[in-house]
Amino acid sequence: MGMAAKFKTGDTVAVRRAPSIGHTRTPHYIKGKTGVVERVCGDFANPEELAYARDGLPLRTLYRVRFSQLHLWPDYSNFEGDTVDVEIYEHWLELAEKVEA
Amino acid sequence: MSNSHNGHDHAPPPDQDDPLTYYQIKEIAVRELLISKGVFSADDVRREVEKMDQRTPAKGAAVVSRAWTDPSYKERLITDGTSACEEMGIDMGQIYHLVVVENTETVHNIIVCTLCSCYPRNLIGLPPDWYKSYAYRSRVVREPRAVLAEFGLELNKSMAIHVHDSTADMRYMVLPRQPEGTESLSREELAALVTRDCMIGVAIPRSKSTVP
Amino acid sequence: MENHHGYHDIGGELSGGPINRSEHDYALWEKRVDALLMLLSNRESKLVRVDELRRGIESIGPEAYKMSYYERWITSISNTLLERGVFTSQELSQKMAEVELNQKTI
Repeated sequence: MGMAAKFKTGDTVAVRRAPSIGHTRTPHYIKGKTGVVERVCGDFANPEELAYARDGLPLRTLYRVRFSQLHLWPDYSNFEGDTVDVEIYEHWLELAEKVEA
Repeated sequence: MSNSHNGHDHAPPPDQDDPLTYYQIKEIAVRELLISKGVFSADDVRREVEKMDQRTPAKGAAVVSRAWTDPSYKERLITDGTSACEEMGIDMGQIYHLVVVENTETVHNIIVCTLCSCYPRNLIGLPPDWYKSYAYRSRVVREPRAVLAEFGLELNKSMAIHVHDSTADMRYMVLPRQPEGTESLSREELAALVTRDCMIGVAIPRSKSTVP
Repeated sequence: MENHHGYHDIGGELSGGPINRSEHDYALWEKRVDALLMLLSNRESKLVRVDELRRGIESIGPEAYKMSYYERWITSISNTLLERGVFTSQELSQKMAEVELNQKTI
């Protein structure tokens, strides 16, 4: 059984700006970016450890985080409603104040 | 033993009649070694390939057409995609957590896996080469409208695009909008309008009367 | 530090050019590679996890662009099984030599 979820739907979270070492499922284009938790997906074994034939325990909470395209890309203009939803593991996230422009 | 090409995506080697490539030889060798060690049988492999061949977009299309004609099913599908598909007798395997994302008047959804090629295979079969390509994976998350234009789809400027990057344990399928003028069609007729590309999000279903 | 990321981690890069929409029918050997992964990852023993497959492919590095999709898969699956000691390099090497020889004599 995993630990209690740290974040909930609607929370503003930032993705840690840290390099992906070994195998991770956190893409580089969201590192250091801020988004909103769209849903809590549940608890899963950590793929970063499973990739090395370890058991990936304790389970980690997975979230879908919604990012605004205008925030992600310098050249994205118009279409303020456009978003990208990315699944991110809890240990890559921290609470943030607001979406930085 | 193998060819090499410049560029990001290498075309698959020609199949039989030509000498086996290094990788084809490796596949045979690995499989035969594992069979000889009792890890699985030749029958197991054959059965797995058959299962793969049976997974076609028709399965996903049947889910979509049911959602179009049965509002309470649609609600279950959006709430818990995996269970709703299992209701239709689709084998979702052990690892499936399906999120069905619904196209509306104001939102159009597209799915991608930028890191590799995760795809709702149990519902729509094996992915097309372009879905796994460098160009699609890298560009759709950054310039979805330009990518859709390449697929011949231009959306109303008032619509928002939601891209879904399958980075972890979820899998996605787009629930497209039912085309106008199709209210009187049967579930089977409706399913025939739903192509694989509609469920990925690079196309929308056309009613028969629509000029493509 | 500068933004260093794996060759597979390509979201947002713009050098890809137009999307090639032509599709090829999966060859039998490719489906068998896929089947191999299913059988190895779905069993209790989990001899190769999907995560190990991915890590193995990522480790190939940019050389992977010279390989087709399932060539990367069989490379990663084979390396993983070697690391796990399911077979030895000698066993695999010998078997591959036999397969090539048999093919020539058919």
